[in-house]
Amino acid sequence: MGLLRWFRSRLVVIAGLLALGYLLLPNIVVTVFSFNNPKGRFNYEWQQFSTDAWTDPCGVADLCGSLSLSLQIAAWATAGATVLGTMIAFALVRYRFRARGAVNSLIFLPMAMPEVVMAASLLTLFLNLGAQLGFWTILIAHIMFCLSFVVTAVKARVMSMDPRLEQAAQDLYAGPLQTFLRVTLPIAAPGIAAGALLAFALSFDDFIITNFNAGSTVTFPMFVWGSAQRGTPVQINVIGTAMFLIAVLFVLAGMVISNRRNRQKAS
Amino acid sequence: MATVTEAPPLAPAPAPKERPPRKRGRLTPYWLLLPGILWLVVFFALPMVYQASTSVQTGSLEDGYQVTWHFATYWDAVADYWPQFLRSIAYAGTATMLCLLLGYPLAYLIAFRAGRWRNLILILVIAPFFTSFLIRTLAWKTILADSGPVVGALNTLHVLDVTSWLGITAGDRVLATPLAVICGLTYNFLPFMILPLYTSLERIDGRLHEAAGDLYARPFTTFRKVTFPLSMPGVVSGTLLTFIPASGDYVNADLLGSTDTRMVGNVIQTQFLRILDYPTAAALSFLLMAGILAIVTLYIRKSGTEDLV
Repeated sequence: MGLLRWFRSRLVVIAGLLALGYLLLPNIVVTVFSFNNPKGRFNYEWQQFSTDAWTDPCGVADLCGSLSLSLQIAAWATAGATVLGTMIAFALVRYRFRARGAVNSLIFLPMAMPEVVMAASLLTLFLNLGAQLGFWTILIAHIMFCLSFVVTAVKARVMSMDPRLEQAAQDLYAGPLQTFLRVTLPIAAPGIAAGALLAFALSFDDFIITNFNAGSTVTFPMFVWGSAQRGTPVQINVIGTAMFLIAVLFVLAGMVISNRRNRQKAS
Repeated sequence: MATVTEAPPLAPAPAPKERPPRKRGRLTPYWLLLPGILWLVVFFALPMVYQASTSVQTGSLEDGYQVTWHFATYWDAVADYWPQFLRSIAYAGTATMLCLLLGYPLAYLIAFRAGRWRNLILILVIAPFFTSFLIRTLAWKTILADSGPVVGALNTLHVLDVTSWLGITAGDRVLATPLAVICGLTYNFLPFMILPLYTSLERIDGRLHEAAGDLYARPFTTFRKVTFPLSMPGVVSGTLLTFIPASGDYVNADLLGSTDTRMVGNVIQTQFLRILDYPTAAALSFLLMAGILAIVTLYIRKSGTEDLV
């Protein structure tokens, strides 16, 4: 009876932790298999421990090339989507104008559309225009689908911002530019940063839209996709593990910094 | 030195300028919107028009395509590919239900029970996003391998007999069956369920739970009458965020499934990129969009949270 009651009172926690395990299991497998030394072309079965792939992550042809291409595209897409998205977010929160509803639905639709539909329609546009598929078409597509997410993230932050802070700055004779750079931008910064981070992750990881609009250009997700057919090098697992670790460290560092800042403010 | 006297008089302050919010530049919002909206119109809205026109064209790749209002492409697409359509809806629907069942306890755990572990668990939910989802999906090939521990355990427990009888596995395999595809879909879109659920649960005032307890509600009653109804916005947006991308996905069906588990996304991909039958591909893609729109509209009307978006 005691055990049963303990179990029942912890049911949510147990179920939640099981779900968390389900979510993390592939990452654990990816990490473990980055130390594998597979026999064949595929890295699906455990053979023996080896750190070869970690000491030579670029040892596979085209892997690091595709990785650096993906990083470049993600960087440019983040920059483009963040600038355009922040401007839209400010316009939507700060101004009343006609066509606000239309703009809002145009922002919402790309997020509510299956990726394959957007990917296919964009491809028909490029085919009709006779555009050369490659770096530029990928970049155009990535800015397009990241834009809405940036707008949403920045909008949330700007909406919770007190407009009186800007009025106060102007009362203290700050010019419009000064007000924007010294007051508005710093307050909106966390929202903009969140939007940018989201855009970077989305662009770097995108496969479906890139697959349609890349032509013969190979980004990192496309390299992984191709390797699933031809044979997966262990280096893919190394990159996957490294990305996971970098992301966790990045977030932890951010949390430590913001904690310290809060404590300084408190004291 | 004369400039000193010209310094703005501090008191009395110059008559407080009328500053109705943003009088200057009535065009400012339009300038702010212009580049981004133009981008979306040219690379999102216009392509949809192009796709609509492509779907009613006939011709061939060599001779070029012409708009002939050939709506039969749509009928042919439905006649040829209705199993893939049904499968997409069924798989995505099942995966969404599973996401809700798995995601709710985890979101609840983070919102109410995690204490100082809350941020760590949130990080662990978000961090997998940064490992390419293709790599993670491929990892399921290892997890569900025929000789692996998962399949072994399921066999020993005779679970696979039941699932084979249900038709979602075949023999003593999990890979290349519907179960593997559903498992992959559930896994891939689970964070999209957890995060909105968590946001809406976190907003609930904890005192409501205490109040329910004071009124002699048992924990389950509290959940059924207080917590769950208040988390409905999260449930609705979570299910939409899971169902929509899942029904258009073709990665899981390709990597974990077989030719018998192809979804409509696989067909669109093949038609567009390999067979190069653009009208059929465009028609399929439009049908998928229309189908999802219909389901989503119906669902939102039923769940009664129209002010959600």
